[in-house]
Amino acid sequence: MNTPISQDDLHAYADGRLDGVRLTQVETWLAAHPEHRADVEEWRAQSASLHRGYDRVLDEPLPARLLPPANAPRWIELRKLAAVAWVALGAMIGFAVRDQTLPTPDKVAAASLPRQAAIAHAVFVPEVRHPVEVGADQEAHLVAWLSKRLGAPLKAPQLDLAGYALVGGRLLAGDGGEVAQFMYENAEKKRLTLYVRREAPKAADTAFRYAKENGIDVFYWTDSRFGYALSGSTGREDMLRLGSLVYRQFGT
Amino acid sequence: MSHRDAIIAEIPRLRRYARALTGDGHRADDLVQDTLERALEKWRLWQQERELRPWLFSIMHNLHVDGRRRDHRVDYRGDDDLPLPAQRASQQDALELRDLDRALALLPQEQREVLLLVALEELSYAEVARTLNIPQGTVMSRLSRARARFKLLLAGEAPPLLKVVSP
Repeated sequence: MNTPISQDDLHAYADGRLDGVRLTQVETWLAAHPEHRADVEEWRAQSASLHRGYDRVLDEPLPARLLPPANAPRWIELRKLAAVAWVALGAMIGFAVRDQTLPTPDKVAAASLPRQAAIAHAVFVPEVRHPVEVGADQEAHLVAWLSKRLGAPLKAPQLDLAGYALVGGRLLAGDGGEVAQFMYENAEKKRLTLYVRREAPKAADTAFRYAKENGIDVFYWTDSRFGYALSGSTGREDMLRLGSLVYRQFGT
Repeated sequence: MSHRDAIIAEIPRLRRYARALTGDGHRADDLVQDTLERALEKWRLWQQERELRPWLFSIMHNLHVDGRRRDHRVDYRGDDDLPLPAQRASQQDALELRDLDRALALLPQEQREVLLLVALEELSYAEVARTLNIPQGTVMSRLSRARARFKLLLAGEAPPLLKVVSP
């Protein structure tokens, strides 16, 4: 095919949509028509400035009202399920400890930890271009920044021995304040996220728990400062191994 | 991945497009919220062989066009819903962003949509045509006019009412 070069071809060229013979034809033609080459450069500069201006939106914490979406029956089911589970747990605790204690609001709030972590996992794990705000190449800066925003010293656990390297981290808006998310990736491009949020100092529940949220395996626990949740989808056994690794690194 | 997870994963891109389209963070998130609600309602009508992203963008397009016809709505946001300001935006970035917002606002809506879907969201021309429900030839002519006009607007050379005739 050797049709004349049209304006459409120039746009397709500027947008990287041409290949093969046509690409070569357009390049050859442009070499002989510098005034059109200037148009192509201008259009590419426009695209670059739009990205410079608006790509930052990709890195912003998602506003709470967008997550989870309103009118989503599945979330309502999950919420009901969680409520039932807490009532059941409350009854068990009530029975076990008789009149000593009741589930506190803190413990009820803890129920949302794996769910929030799984949502944040589902949002950012598929990201190709912007999986994290600050990359692992600036790990010291990342850890200092997240520690400052969460108001207590924090660290990024090492999972190199398990084959996962730190990709980086980002700051999210959670229900009770800012939340840190670290992302890890292995050689097969499988990703894990560690969700860390501030917990009230009196919460001293260090039990290591498991939840499955929308197909995502989550191991979670809290210590005197933070609530942690490790999310991934490489299967419960594998996640248990990885979760234990992280758990031990935060152990006191 | 469930369909909700798949939709949730598109939220950052929907927000970017909405932000550039409306020129305003709050209106953008209203539009994203409406789009998500509509997408979840209409999920069963979605033909799975269609790509998710153009489908979501087409819902947003329709809502945006409807919204501009009505163009006033009750503001029901609570304080805690206000998005955090973008971090690390320097003075220079802020100025450049203001220029972009202004130039986009002065583009006719139909040109602005095509320009953003092609140049920012990097949809293929065929996807843009399906998203906006217009022929691909129309996509190309709008793109051409949008780029010519955007150039003048960014350079501060286009009087707002100047009609640029396609070559």
